[in-house]
Amino acid sequence: MSGTFVGMPAFPEAARDAVGNPTLRGNLRHATHTIRAKRDRAVAELADWAQLREAGRRIKDHTLRHLDRYLEQLEASVTAAGGTVHWAADAEEANRIVTRLVKETGESEVVKVKSMATQEIGLNEALEAAGVRAYETDLAELIVQLGHDRPSHILVPAIHRNRGEIRDIFTREMGSWGRPAPEGLTDRPADLAEAARVHLREKFLRAKVGVSGANFMVAETGTLVVVESEGNGRMCLTLPETLISVVGIEKIVPTWRDLEVFLQTLPRSSTAERMNPYTSTWTGTTDEDGPRAFHLVLLDNGRTDTLADQVGRQALRCIRCSACLNVCPVYERAGGHAYGSVYPGPIGAILTPQLRGTASEIDASLPYASSLCGACYEACPVAIDIPEVLVHLRERVVQGGPAVRRGNKVVLRPAKGHAAERAAMRAAGWAFAHPGALRTGQRLASRSRRLHPRTLPGPGRAWTGSRDLPAVPAEPFRDWWQRTRGGKDAK
Amino acid sequence: MRVALFLTCVNDTLYPDTGRAVVRLLTRLGVEVDFPMGQTCCGQAHYNTGYRHEAEPLARRFAEVFGGYDAVVTPSASCGAMVRELYPRMGERARAEGRGDSLARTVAPVVAKTYELTEFLVDVVGVTDVGAWYPHRVTYHPTCHGLRALGLGDRPRRLLEAVRGLELVELPGAEECCGFGGTFAVKNAAVSAAMGADKVRNAGSTGAEVLCAGDNSCLMHIGGTLSRLGADMRPVHIAEILASTEEEPAL
Ligand code: SF4
Repeated sequence: MSGTFVGMPAFPEAARDAVGNPTLRGNLRHATHTIRAKRDRAVAELADWAQLREAGRRIKDHTLRHLDRYLEQLEASVTAAGGTVHWAADAEEANRIVTRLVKETGESEVVKVKSMATQEIGLNEALEAAGVRAYETDLAELIVQLGHDRPSHILVPAIHRNRGEIRDIFTREMGSWGRPAPEGLTDRPADLAEAARVHLREKFLRAKVGVSGANFMVAETGTLVVVESEGNGRMCLTLPETLISVVGIEKIVPTWRDLEVFLQTLPRSSTAERMNPYTSTWTGTTDEDGPRAFHLVLLDNGRTDTLADQVGRQALRCIRCSACLNVCPVYERAGGHAYGSVYPGPIGAILTPQLRGTASEIDASLPYASSLCGACYEACPVAIDIPEVLVHLRERVVQGGPAVRRGNKVVLRPAKGHAAERAAMRAAGWAFAHPGALRTGQRLASRSRRLHPRTLPGPGRAWTGSRDLPAVPAEPFRDWWQRTRGGKDAK
Repeated sequence: MRVALFLTCVNDTLYPDTGRAVVRLLTRLGVEVDFPMGQTCCGQAHYNTGYRHEAEPLARRFAEVFGGYDAVVTPSASCGAMVRELYPRMGERARAEGRGDSLARTVAPVVAKTYELTEFLVDVVGVTDVGAWYPHRVTYHPTCHGLRALGLGDRPRRLLEAVRGLELVELPGAEECCGFGGTFAVKNAAVSAAMGADKVRNAGSTGAEVLCAGDNSCLMHIGGTLSRLGADMRPVHIAEILASTEEEPAL
């Protein structure tokens, strides 16, 4: 994944800073609560939502089970339709391929459709290093790019910004990227959108190369699909002479018919719309219409390894709707940056440690970035049991165990820093297997209860920093039960 | 019907009043309840922190201790969900790891007959008016495992609405997690505390004297936050409200 996030602190520290930032808290709270309520309404409208969700889960599971076959079918159909297919095992290879393809056109700039895959591989940075400027054209991505910022949400990458901040960024930065913002720009949404429109128009009309991802790839016809709200994506998909699409291998669906399910569940889950304003589909190249050259870069970058994991593979069903982020109480308070990856929120917490592994501090901390409240699972339109995968990855962090890395079976070692916890868990396990020992502990706690402080030093401060401890009762229940014969005798 | 109380290790150690309330309540409703002394912990904290293998012996112990009863009642939605939802999953995982069927077969019988308290009252005993009296203004927080894992739905609400003297007031943002989350509360203390503070603020806005829930772990977190913030509200387990009568009122 992108080098932009290397050296991130572990989630708890990053989240602590975010929690202490009132502007950020306010922006996120407002945005997530608004979209949450809208999504609830959009989903409640459909009487067959549960069936659609189940159908989406099945289509994805089926495709993943036969991914090898569908990938070959896709390659054949894209090629037959005049496109060229490239295979990229990892981010580096994908960046190399795209950079070469751009260089071969002789161009030094590209326009981009909003895409998670190209963010994941850090394509903009790789192109920049090769002397190619990549212009983001999605409004929110533009805000992030102009602000020298990082995305903090899958769908609304600038969710952490409010209107005033956006106006300031436009006024300050647009001039050095192209057409400057108009004098006296206000923070009215219509004015901000107009400033972006005028700024971007210049780039659309000039660009010879477009770069995109895709929401879906249809194996039977080789058709790619991009779902969006603004129409800027369609500009990039149709105006340039060359189109390069970088797409994760899990984005395949077998047939056009399968789209029927996702084109209902995706917009309702992401923007709470019945239908998104623009759905662009293209199949290879067409004479006299749209790009003359089309390249599809199929990206693995940890996906095959993820597929090998029985519990974790369900993360590959994800259609990047971001409903799980919007309902997540942890995301709402920690913000997207704390997750140290382009995939924030609950899906990021299960996807990143699988795509990148759990070796770094931030990646090993992600499976714990959840209270396991289950709101994400409930909202997910492809029924990814995110809490189940989180717990599974916690197990991997503390116990190690078998996994697949770059196609090879490996046995992972437990992450550092869990020895004390492991010992405590084993000790607790022993005490719970010996009720006598448990009882001794309980009685000791009860007898010494007047000595218990309300706040604790050391690691205990993590609890008592914000919460008082409960008072320990005079006797545990089991002693009362025995003493009074289940309450039959006097109290 | 032989009914066992699975109190949970947290309640046994820290909240014996909840246990006494369940016994009183069930006895009043004519259900004789036993407390098997061999019970300890369901293994939820182990499992959820990544120590599934350490949780397995606890699941086996649970099955052994409670196997002989017709029903197991627990005043904790999260421990109830551990048994009902996660024991079968542990069995499947053991099977997938080539360790055979033994765990799955051992836990299966208790899984089907374990009930969270409000479920047991409404579905098994078949009551919503348990004859309780509790003259206080109460707001109810549906804990995540009760709401989403067990699907308790409106059972707790129906029980509370039938309590005489009780004024039930709507908790804004009720379905949002309180931020406890087991080891999450210490591993991500800042976010957990922020979630707790928001829950307490929402509860405070209702003007209720009592914040009621069906899980003392969540109440420990919410109550600890209430007390630290000096809020004028008490955390009370639903069992204690349902057990309360004019003759023997709970606080
Ligand atoms: S995990 Fe589910 S809810 Fe989250 S982004 Fe992916 S599809 Fe949407």
